[in-house]
Amino acid sequence: MSINLEVPAVPLREQRLGTLTGYDGDAKDLLGRSKEGCVKNRERTFTQCGSCSADQVMNLLLQLQDAAVVEHGPAGCSGDIPFRNANFRTGNRRLGLKVHNVKYINTNLSEKDTIYGGGEKLERGIREAYRRFSPKAVFVTTTCTSAIIGDDVEGICEALEEELGIPIVATICEGFRTNIWATGFDSANHSILRKIVKPPRKKQPDLINVISFTHRYHYENIFEQLGLRANHIVPFSTIEQLEHISEAAATVQYCETLGSYLAAGLEEYYGVHEIKSPAPFGIKATDEYLREIGRVFNKEKEVEEVIAKEKEKIAPRLEELRKDLTGKTAFIGAGGPIAYSIMALLNDLGIEVLGAHVWHHDQRFDNDDQRLDVLKFNVEHYGNFKLGVCNKQSYEVVNALNKYKPDIFISRHMATVWSAKLGIPSFLSVIEPSEMLYDGLIRYGELIWSTLKNPAFIKNISKHSKLPYTDWWFEQDTFSFLGGDADE
Amino acid sequence: MNEIIQEPRHTCALGAHQTVISIEKAIPILHAGPGCGSKLYRGMSQAGGYQGAGYAGSDAVPSSNLIEKDVVFGGADKLHNLIEGALLVMDGDFFVVLTSCTSEIIGDDVANVVGNFRNRGVPIVYAETAGFKGDSYKGHELILEAIIEQHLKPSDTKEKGLVNVFASVPRHDPFWEGDLNELKKLLSYLGLKANILFGYNSGGIKAFEAIPKAEFNLLVSPHIGLNTVKLLEEKFGTPYLHYPILPIGGVETSKFLRAVGEYAGLDQCILEDVIKKKEDEFYHYLLRSVDLLTEFQINLPKKFYSIVDSNYALGIAKFLVNDMGFFPLGQYITEDVPEEHKETITGYFNALAPGISAKVVFSQDGGVINEDILNSPRVDNPLILGSSWEVDLAGEIGGLLVSVGLPVIDRLILNKTFVGYRGGLNLVEDIYTKALSRQREY
Repeated sequence: MSINLEVPAVPLREQRLGTLTGYDGDAKDLLGRSKEGCVKNRERTFTQCGSCSADQVMNLLLQLQDAAVVEHGPAGCSGDIPFRNANFRTGNRRLGLKVHNVKYINTNLSEKDTIYGGGEKLERGIREAYRRFSPKAVFVTTTCTSAIIGDDVEGICEALEEELGIPIVATICEGFRTNIWATGFDSANHSILRKIVKPPRKKQPDLINVISFTHRYHYENIFEQLGLRANHIVPFSTIEQLEHISEAAATVQYCETLGSYLAAGLEEYYGVHEIKSPAPFGIKATDEYLREIGRVFNKEKEVEEVIAKEKEKIAPRLEELRKDLTGKTAFIGAGGPIAYSIMALLNDLGIEVLGAHVWHHDQRFDNDDQRLDVLKFNVEHYGNFKLGVCNKQSYEVVNALNKYKPDIFISRHMATVWSAKLGIPSFLSVIEPSEMLYDGLIRYGELIWSTLKNPAFIKNISKHSKLPYTDWWFEQDTFSFLGGDADE
Repeated sequence: MNEIIQEPRHTCALGAHQTVISIEKAIPILHAGPGCGSKLYRGMSQAGGYQGAGYAGSDAVPSSNLIEKDVVFGGADKLHNLIEGALLVMDGDFFVVLTSCTSEIIGDDVANVVGNFRNRGVPIVYAETAGFKGDSYKGHELILEAIIEQHLKPSDTKEKGLVNVFASVPRHDPFWEGDLNELKKLLSYLGLKANILFGYNSGGIKAFEAIPKAEFNLLVSPHIGLNTVKLLEEKFGTPYLHYPILPIGGVETSKFLRAVGEYAGLDQCILEDVIKKKEDEFYHYLLRSVDLLTEFQINLPKKFYSIVDSNYALGIAKFLVNDMGFFPLGQYITEDVPEEHKETITGYFNALAPGISAKVVFSQDGGVINEDILNSPRVDNPLILGSSWEVDLAGEIGGLLVSVGLPVIDRLILNKTFVGYRGGLNLVEDIYTKALSRQREY
């Protein structure tokens, strides 16, 4: 599919990628029918808090070093900001960068503004962001309120861009556009492609863009061994760095949900090749990932050496971990591709995956290439498993956990307190995802080992707490609130 | 509300769904966009000392997750289905529907939807908490108003000694649960039974239903909750005592006990006996700190800034000035204080102690606060009672930062309190532990 950088709003995932938020079945079925793109979404009549695009936009744009974000909305839309600041500071410290607060302003729309418009406040917000932070760019994000009252965000941005002489980028991400909150990544990446990235001055043949969060220090060494320079991007990058991502030879990513749109856009507009392989989780995908990098950069021999060396390094501990973990069972609750990647890790550690609930499922990617499909890769290499798509509905996850009774629950984005109340040990696999590449498998294994070996804390908690659900609910089918096809 | 906001703290009125979560076995139901609940939970609970989900918070909160077609065609039917589902799935004693920016602008008839359930005998009310109406303190008052107006019934009888307590706002003030329980304990010294309404063992909706039976209402806050106690006076004729200062430490806690004791008509001798005992205990422990606090080998603060809501700022300022011999620098009040209360609050800070007053600045905008402090004359080792936003500011002015208000991300809060005699000791421990950990951990 083609990416249109002329319009400020990114097309929705529902339309671009056939994304689903409701499905109940298994991996093979979903995969088989996704190939034809014919799986219809199913919606539920009872829902719990999800997340919104505006939230994921901040995950990327707010964590740029020298850009400011002006969020045009009521003060509550800033609820995610204090903790994002915490993660931004921690991330900078880990990466050895200067630790500082995020550059953020909220326009604090009031009841009066919803009647008379909030344009004046937005202008003030942008000017103040410019004065206070001296940013290299300002991203102006929309919210439900600013969109419904119809403020001319794009127009105001254009006028001020001319006056201030830096990119002032309208980023369209109001929460009500879609229930598929990963769209926020696309909105942010669309803004970067549309207004920040410049045509290459000169191609840099040893430069590889790596899209991920804070795990540069986990993979940098591998790229160094291959004689490649890793360009760690979005988040934690600078505007100048992003201006020149068009000069890289290739792009790889940690998770197709995060960077699908950016990688595809870079390939379409600037010929930056997206590495067509699954993300490097587990031994088989990591083999494939490194070999594909080897093929693209003509470093096949070097890659084989790295693979052999890295595998040898982890072999003794991997064997011990497998001995301890073989036969254990797990349930995964996480975003689409990441859940499938975690499944590979668990299989490599000898753990049986009883099932997974993913938050959404993309039936295809922006670069529509089967080699990027982690689910396909893992089903081929590890086999089928029970799979539901649940848009982060914790009542469905808790219901499933109670039925499957796994030894461990691995969560991403969902509170782990619910499984603790069921007496199921778990951890949140999100803030410090260190599970990439070969040694990532060991780090992940150690985490699982320590979670399972002494579950005293969780067992004690479960004896003294109650879940907020009725007995009736635990007796129902997990997906009993899923309706028929959404478009029927 | 005409300010823009850098370094946001107090979210919006919908943040008050955190108030509902702190009522035992109560379930909030959000008629809101898909991201509201998650953002507000992180901003208030996670960034408020990692308070956790509570009984039915975090991602367990039912929400209509309004999207474009609902904005176009209306979301009332969706809300109806959501409530039906919540009644089946969620194990709750009481349900509160909260409206949002989106549902209020598109004009869904929430009163009608909720009214149909009330007619069926479902214990449910609704509050109009669109985010653009104000901050989460405002939302807290709107929730209380909704429960009082829609659910409470007058009582013919009064329960002797029963006092409804309105003070630290649940889950919004990171130390709320410790605070409310400490107030409960203080009142028990006077033979009074505090109805604290929120938190562990507070009684859930039954405690709310007992509100009209109280002898009086006690409001401990400069202005948050004033509308609530006035409404209760008007509706049930319950008188109220407004004690504007959160009592922290020896001096103020004793004053507080005297004020409440006198209002309740307690025997003067019993009252003084209680106070003497508690004060003795407080000073026994405080005495331990004297040698450290009067040594000059390490840099200890004597002057302080506050960057926090009015309730904590005033309580802490009173304590530091009157118990600890500190001097106030600028006092920055961070919540959206209604105009009509600003003069009164400034008055409290003008009379912290004989001859000691403080400059007060009302601002929700961290940028304004930072600039004002950076443009103020520098002092040695200022103490900053603030939040995790002020880490860099503290570095720049050589200050000692102790986080006491949102966002608090550098500490885990279980049941800690700064209220009462015990709370005063806790605050002293926190301030000097921070000073020592910075200067003695080499």
